[in-house]
Amino acid sequence: MLAKLARYFATPGQLRQSGVLGMNQRNLRCIGSYNPRKLFPLVDDKLQTKLLAEDYQLAIPRLLAVIRSQMDVKRFERFLPSGQGFAIKPAKGSGGKGILIILETRGDYYRKASGQWVSRQKVERHLSNLISGLYSLGGNPDVAIIETLIENAPEFNDFTYKGVPDIRIIVYRGYPVMAMMRLSTQASDGKANLHQGAIGVGIDLASGHAVQAVQHDRPVKEHPDTGKNLNELKISDWRSMLLLASRCYDMTGLGYLGADLVLDARQGALLLELNARPGLAIQLANTAGLNPRLEALDQWTRRIKGPEQPSEDRVAAAQQLFARDTPEISVCVDQPHHVE
Amino acid sequence: MKAPRSTLLWTALLLIGLGLAHTTWRHLVHQVPLLPGSQVQYWDIEARVELQASGDSVQVRLAVPESQPGFLMQSEHTASPGYGVDFIENGLRRVEWSIREAEGLQWLYYRTQFQVDDQQLLAAVDQPPAIQEQLWEDPIETAAAQLLRRSWQESAEGFSLAQALTQRLSDDSNENAGLLLSELTPEEALVRLLNEAEVPARVLHGLRLEDGRRNQRLQPLVQVFQDQEWRLYDPVNALEAPGQKYLLWQQASGPVLEVMGARDSQVNFSMLSTREPASGGVHALAAGDALLNLSIHSLPITEQAVFRTLMLLPVGALVVVLLRVFIGLKTSGTFMPVLIALAFLEMSLLPGVITFLMIVAAGLVIRQLLAYLNLLLVARVGAVIVCVIGLIALMSVVSFHAGISTGMQVTLFPMIILAWTIERMSILWEEEGAKEVFVQGAGSLLTAIIAFLAMDQNWMRYWLFNFPGLQLVVMALILIAGSYTGYRFVELWRFQPLVKEQEKEDQKDAG
Repeated sequence: MLAKLARYFATPGQLRQSGVLGMNQRNLRCIGSYNPRKLFPLVDDKLQTKLLAEDYQLAIPRLLAVIRSQMDVKRFERFLPSGQGFAIKPAKGSGGKGILIILETRGDYYRKASGQWVSRQKVERHLSNLISGLYSLGGNPDVAIIETLIENAPEFNDFTYKGVPDIRIIVYRGYPVMAMMRLSTQASDGKANLHQGAIGVGIDLASGHAVQAVQHDRPVKEHPDTGKNLNELKISDWRSMLLLASRCYDMTGLGYLGADLVLDARQGALLLELNARPGLAIQLANTAGLNPRLEALDQWTRRIKGPEQPSEDRVAAAQQLFARDTPEISVCVDQPHHVE
Repeated sequence: MKAPRSTLLWTALLLIGLGLAHTTWRHLVHQVPLLPGSQVQYWDIEARVELQASGDSVQVRLAVPESQPGFLMQSEHTASPGYGVDFIENGLRRVEWSIREAEGLQWLYYRTQFQVDDQQLLAAVDQPPAIQEQLWEDPIETAAAQLLRRSWQESAEGFSLAQALTQRLSDDSNENAGLLLSELTPEEALVRLLNEAEVPARVLHGLRLEDGRRNQRLQPLVQVFQDQEWRLYDPVNALEAPGQKYLLWQQASGPVLEVMGARDSQVNFSMLSTREPASGGVHALAAGDALLNLSIHSLPITEQAVFRTLMLLPVGALVVVLLRVFIGLKTSGTFMPVLIALAFLEMSLLPGVITFLMIVAAGLVIRQLLAYLNLLLVARVGAVIVCVIGLIALMSVVSFHAGISTGMQVTLFPMIILAWTIERMSILWEEEGAKEVFVQGAGSLLTAIIAFLAMDQNWMRYWLFNFPGLQLVVMALILIAGSYTGYRFVELWRFQPLVKEQEKEDQKDAG
């Protein structure tokens, strides 16, 4: 009985062997040491992140309007170009809460991402709730950001159920260390939120190819809704994504950062939001612990004298350091298996 | 910028050292015993007088108890809004309530606490009543004579005679006793039989002590004298419960309740037993050099009572830290479970858990109903608070009328925290689904229960209250836990697939 139970657990020694970064260690070593508290508002408030990103000329979805008061709620459409779709987001929301996607407007009716038409009153109520702080941490008053829609890149169409997949890249002291793509599922209600049942696919830093996929922290092989083999996933223009993520470090100064990016069909890589306390599930999606990579980078930066490397060099260094040394398990089906 | 880890270790060690040193000092210099030692039992007794007033002035006299052999009175107070209260001490001790005008159903409360005195500090000595000449009617005369003769033969003096007589009287199969009891009440029969044998005795009213009983009545007891010394006999239950404890409600004969200006009056009793470490000795010793001593015993009694609970809070905090850092339990709100545990401490565990679940469940339903009204957030939380207070009031009233006194302590739940819990949980429900609500709710409840169990330990209460230096040790433990960078228990489960997959890859490489 006890032995049976023990199969569901790893020993602390095994986890250490695998280099898994635990929650306590993340809080003390990474966040506590490299993320000064005073910098948190830069990423916790998405409006600040957006304005900062505009200053630094990082690619972001265009900001259409900011709704700050209940008065503005009544006439929100004045701020928007007519007929187009848009996304409403809380500036201080977390975990994808309170995001409303409108694909199309026709008169006083709005079509949601689910295809359902809703009345203007519903949209107003959502905005009003958002401003009064329903989706913000601690229920503080908030502002609503309205931005342009992201057009899903066609290469991911088969890998996602509704919703646009986003790419989370962990950036440690300016170097990308691990990446994961989050695919929405029916279980996650079209949201790219791992807690709600979205799929996390680990991405090889060197090639942009899939490594491994997990749902609810457990391995999966194919997308439950589309049936697509997740191993076939690969991201084009991968280097520009890493560059964008790496430059977020220059922008915020946070040494341990989770950058959430999307691939827009027309504009390419865009920065969605930043996270100062990125979660640990990314290790499961990559079948790799973060610890060895963080240590390798600490060694790497110790060797660099003088000014910090520019972002291009940082990305190149990271791609070289963290390339999967066994490319045959990185998934391309048509590639023959390399046998020793 | 950041202090190295060794600094933390030294700080923790220093704190532990200081705490233990202070504790040792308290023990050696102030002679505070290290272990709780013997416990003292207390009985809390409440008398409730109920009467129907008809608009005139009302005067109520209730006999009240005093210290007696086996029981020492600790405190007493009355609760009776609008009534003037007076204690009459000469002879029979009584409390007198009076009011100019009263209408309708009235409730008057008298509460008292007795410490069980096993060492018999008070001797059972009193002036015996005069012996009355007995005249027996014809049919019971022989029965009485036979009962007395048998018992007389089995006994040596007054007490053993009384013992033998009560045994016969409470024996249902005894025909003589049956005949006697068809004419007389048991206490009357016992007193008359004893008087017949020239043993002084009288009927007094007392309470049979049983923990947690409510709606009890006084019952007649027979006080039997041997010279100046006396003992109590229960004329009805002599066979059932040897060693049963009785508290005399009156120390001399007389009416228990006298009411003028009202009708339908009656008095009910409820009682509760508690055990606490004997710390009476600590009191006297701690009075000197109070400031240096840091002893809470130097504060007034009412403030001591507050600190008795407050000093336990660090333990609750430690439990939360341990559970989060080492286990990784999810709770809703970081230290909310400690506050819930504090409420459990006042209400005892099971009623506490049940009330908590009921209020939160009802609150969630109300929150859902409020969602239809499309309110702003602050207003909605405010409305939930009002509803929670209404619920608590309702529960108190219902449980009071059902005779469950624990319901009245529901007010001890931190109201605002309950309302926020309900609000957070209902948002969680909408956004993450019922599963997450149950995970976090169960986590909070589990943490609260563990914190309760830690804080409810007798020795824990005793140590933290009597040795304030231990707070530093608790603090040091929290500091050490705060620097733990190892894996949490749930992570061993969470990252298990990673280890498995890596093993698979390694095998592939090898093959």
